[in-house]
Amino acid sequence: MSDYTFLLQPPRFLFFTGKGGVGKTSIASATAISLAEAGYQVLLVSTDPASNVAQVFGITIGNQITPIASVPGLAALEIDPQAAAQAYRDRIVGPVRGVLPDAVVKGIEEQLSGACTTEIAAFDEFTALLTDSALTAGYQHIIFDTAPTGHTIRLLQLPGAWSGFLDEGKGDASCLGPLAGLEKQRSQYKAAVEALADPQRSRLILVARAQLATLREVARTHEELAAIGLSQQYLVVNGILPVAEAAQDSLAAAICQREQQALNTIPEVLKALPCDFIELKPFNLVGLDALRHLLLIATPIIGDDTVVTKTIEAPSLSKLVDEIANDGHGLVMLMGKGGVGKTTLAAAIAVELAQRGLPVHLTTSDPAAHLSETLNGALEHLMVSRIDPHVETERYRLQVLEAKAANLDARGLALLEEDLRSPCTEEIAVFQAFSRVIREAGKKFVIMDTAPTGHTLLLLDATGAYHREMSRQMAGSSAHYLTPMMQLQDAKQTKVLLVTLAETTPVLEAANLQADLRRAGIEPWAWVINNSIAATTVYSPLLRQRADNEHHEIERVATIHAHRYAVVPLLKEEPVGVERLLELSVDSH
Amino acid sequence: MTTIQVFDPALCCSTGVCGVEVDQQLVGFSADVDWAKQNGADIQRFNLAQEPLVFAENTVVKSFLERSGAEALPLILIDGEVALAGRYPNRAELARWCAITLIADKVKSSCCSGSSC
Repeated sequence: MSDYTFLLQPPRFLFFTGKGGVGKTSIASATAISLAEAGYQVLLVSTDPASNVAQVFGITIGNQITPIASVPGLAALEIDPQAAAQAYRDRIVGPVRGVLPDAVVKGIEEQLSGACTTEIAAFDEFTALLTDSALTAGYQHIIFDTAPTGHTIRLLQLPGAWSGFLDEGKGDASCLGPLAGLEKQRSQYKAAVEALADPQRSRLILVARAQLATLREVARTHEELAAIGLSQQYLVVNGILPVAEAAQDSLAAAICQREQQALNTIPEVLKALPCDFIELKPFNLVGLDALRHLLLIATPIIGDDTVVTKTIEAPSLSKLVDEIANDGHGLVMLMGKGGVGKTTLAAAIAVELAQRGLPVHLTTSDPAAHLSETLNGALEHLMVSRIDPHVETERYRLQVLEAKAANLDARGLALLEEDLRSPCTEEIAVFQAFSRVIREAGKKFVIMDTAPTGHTLLLLDATGAYHREMSRQMAGSSAHYLTPMMQLQDAKQTKVLLVTLAETTPVLEAANLQADLRRAGIEPWAWVINNSIAATTVYSPLLRQRADNEHHEIERVATIHAHRYAVVPLLKEEPVGVERLLELSVDSH
Repeated sequence: MTTIQVFDPALCCSTGVCGVEVDQQLVGFSADVDWAKQNGADIQRFNLAQEPLVFAENTVVKSFLERSGAEALPLILIDGEVALAGRYPNRAELARWCAITLIADKVKSSCCSGSSC
């Protein structure tokens, strides 16, 4: 066993949470192995869409509890939230398919395809594990590689939710809508939420990387879940480059410095938490032995000096910009999960275009505002504006409350307020703000560091609200107009760039975004793989190993996912300011 | 007694949060339904996204959807017959259908049940 504090005196339920790619599943698996080998009966529950749990143990697991023969005492279960949501949709829509017109059925399915449905359907799957004693009685520890979101838990805690929706099966509630079709009883959901909030039974382990943005995000999760009662929280910072590597080359030194700096300025609210640091390993976290080593503090360096790092022959960002520049104007939207570098790349593209004398409007939702400030007025043809998601969401929230609150009782109001904290709300509020800028793209380049999901677009389009909104705004002008949906679907006017990292989970998440956009009739124009070590020259054995691991993912993007792609190297310095942003576009070799 | 059935379009958020704009009409109508119910009216509402089977099993609603599509909702039936389509009834209409006697000031306050007038 190791000396990590998050493993000491573990309660029955352990939840690992953090954004995609930080290593939740690996750490959860390693924890499960470690506890099972200490003699406990352990159940490992994975919801990772890129689940390598089955691969690690060399067996098929799936949606049923399966004993792992190679680790006595360990069993595993995979929950696919997408499949759970699909099963839920089928229950509702199945009976009317072929009965009601196809277009109507499609509309209903879209309503049930949002993030809320997936979240709630996944939580429904959890409930049994948190409450059903017959199913889980034999296990002393149950380990989850994910945790329910604060939004889901809060909704379930609201008394109005139950009286309105679940008891009667109908009501005015919204985000809880999906629960109406689920089968369990109120008492079961209540018991599940209670188990989560009980420090004797549940421990939440926040997994982060030594990066400012991820640490900030983890701090938000911490505060949100602590407010609900999940008080027993631990922090694990994963994948830290060992300081010894700094001597190997300048990039390693720069990464070390950046990481140490991030750790020194760790958000105040996280400082009080018991904290562990896991160093970057020179090996791939696949296979039983690798996972056993993950939680050993003194890792034997299996680093292989004979590893030959292939130089990648990948197109640079400037090649993509060449193509974008050809059109003279248009809308460019960068899309991807948080933390992959959308804002930086949007700025890099904007700077490249402006540098070529083309008129550019860069508009970002960068919460730090740092980047937009440094660029404003920096180049002749570049205009920078910023949309503050917080301000936009608040404005939207007030607008809704003003319109609706008067007719609601206290319980109804509490539900409405929670609905307004759903992820959809922010997305819609921000997109409203962006859509005002979109119209400029007929004359110049408009570069945005965000885009609505396909689901949001389809919803807005399905209700026709957007068309009405636009017609009203355009009333009186004779110009013929386009809805944002039509503009985004037109490849001549809009280019969507998917941003990802050369790692398994981020690539998978980007592929899911792509599928979602395709559902809305939008075909992503290109993929950009950011922060690539393979696109740099490194001598540190650890980084060379990482670079080698990237090849497989880059290959997958190039051959399976993308029409065209670019690889952007990891830079020594944070790319802030015109000079460094230009560095991102240049050829890597 | 008169039964009013309201067939709502598919709204994942009937609060309107998911929409681009808050549907004032819907807000006002929800309040009017509450009012009518308190006055003894029998009103049922069905959301296409949550209870599509009710839509499919009612031949009037089903053929309405086949002819006009989901965009043409809401559809209001009184005792099974089409009473209104494409918009929600106002309070005066609800009152007439349910034979609720309106007190003058209630009519006044309800003409558009919101800030729009």
